Amino acid sequence: MTAPLDIRPARSRFNLQKFANSSLDALKGLVPPAVAILIFLVIWQVLTMGPDANLPTPVRTVQETWELIINPFFNYGGTDKGLFWQVWTSLQRVALGFTLAAVVGIALGILVGTSSLMYSALDPLFQILRTVPPLAWLPISLAAFQQANPSAIFVIFITAIWPIIINTTEGVRQIPQDYNNVARVLQLSKSEYFFKILFPATVPYIFTGLRIGIGLSWLAIVAAEMLIGGVGIGFFIWDAWNSSRISDIIIAILYVGIVGLLLDRLIVFIGGLVLPEEQKQ
Amino acid sequence: MQVLNSPTQTSPSYATQEPFLIFDNLSKVYPTPTGDFVVLDGIDLAINEGEFVCVIGHSGCGKSTLLDMVAGFRQPTNGEVRLQTQAIQAPGPDRMVVFQNYSLLPWLTAYENIYLGVKSVFPGKSEAIKKRIVMEHLEMVGLADVANKKPSALSGGMKQRVCIARALALRPKVLILDEPFGALDPITREELQEELLTIWRDHQITVLMITHDIDEALFLSDRVVMMTNGPAAKIGEIMLVPFARPRERARMMEDPKFYELRNEALDFLYHRHAHADD
Repeated sequence: MTAPLDIRPARSRFNLQKFANSSLDALKGLVPPAVAILIFLVIWQVLTMGPDANLPTPVRTVQETWELIINPFFNYGGTDKGLFWQVWTSLQRVALGFTLAAVVGIALGILVGTSSLMYSALDPLFQILRTVPPLAWLPISLAAFQQANPSAIFVIFITAIWPIIINTTEGVRQIPQDYNNVARVLQLSKSEYFFKILFPATVPYIFTGLRIGIGLSWLAIVAAEMLIGGVGIGFFIWDAWNSSRISDIIIAILYVGIVGLLLDRLIVFIGGLVLPEEQKQ
Repeated sequence: MQVLNSPTQTSPSYATQEPFLIFDNLSKVYPTPTGDFVVLDGIDLAINEGEFVCVIGHSGCGKSTLLDMVAGFRQPTNGEVRLQTQAIQAPGPDRMVVFQNYSLLPWLTAYENIYLGVKSVFPGKSEAIKKRIVMEHLEMVGLADVANKKPSALSGGMKQRVCIARALALRPKVLILDEPFGALDPITREELQEELLTIWRDHQITVLMITHDIDEALFLSDRVVMMTNGPAAKIGEIMLVPFARPRERARMMEDPKFYELRNEALDFLYHRHAHADD
């Protein structure tokens, strides 16, 4: 470890790639996940290479699902549609159920957060209901709605709403006492208090709730669609299982994971646009 | 110098005035499972209009509770606080508070923070007048050029100036300051003390200020109210600060009387009412 040995390679690299440094750094960030994925694929390949393996190898998975991968947009009618359409249908259900959950959840959260009577009355109920697994709601919503699609949307709604309510409530209750004192000294009107203090102070908590909520929605929709049938990524997986198309299931799972990640990023992105500058962490 | 050295000669002519802000046998008791916890016990104090009074005492002596009852955030258990013979029951813009931790809304600019109060307190005034009130007060604290900056872009001293501007923009009868300069560096603190004195003189406002800092209290106030330790804190002593106004820090520091008062206050706080932790 002498000094010249340490310095020389660093200097020569710097001179060679003076302008490519930043892009190199970005590429460097991709190396660890790429290596991890590669190792994962190798392990998968090794584990499924045997003649009596139950699951396909990665290579076979890609071979068998090549049609699905290269053409996500086909539509042969019925439930025989490309993965894009399957995901799209699921996303529509999530969008509807989640939007309803966001609107009702934020409103209820603010109500419960601002009134200690409401809080003591409703918080125990919320704490119990939030632990109910999404699918437990499905039979009761089928009974109530008698139709598959509204039932699935209701399951999304009821799954996503609890974290939204609970986080919004928490946000309202965590408003710094100083801000409330300012509001009291200035004798702010109710609407002024709402728009200038309560809402801006609560927005970061609301987005935490929305983020948890969208994740849960996506979890729930796949499970709910397996049971209700029709078009949708959940039923696609179930259908593939029934037809023993294991490779299709694997590709669908990959889709589900990527879409779930994108949904999460979307909420973070919207949060970044909406959050007051000073509220960002 | 002769004036500074003779307290009798400069004792204010308050005797002729009606007291403005009165603490009448004020007590605050919190019920706890193990019995009542008495924070303040029988506070009697009369503050005159235009007077500058500092309250000092160890932490936990109920200074903030006292201030909260003047501001109206809390109600006394016994007795009352009266402002111009009116018992204080709720917070209001006639008693503006400057909090230690700035309490500016971080998502509003300096201008908007002040405007929020002006709009709420003077709903009848025209937009142009409200705007002028805000800008006048930002100018008063020398911050007109950062009117559109948010608090995160301002230094601690600037934030506290905005708070003072916000408070005074609402034309309060009493300005209440809760350790307003405690979080500032010593140089900024001295600058703000001097600015506060100028503003106090120009506005002829009554000031009630809580502080930890004996030098600050002596430099600013007409009287220093020294609290005994809690629980059941009382007013231990009221010290008259006789220095002529306008005060100059350097001149005051040369005055032997300053050290006499300072030692008296230190003696009160650290010997006669030493905190258990000290």
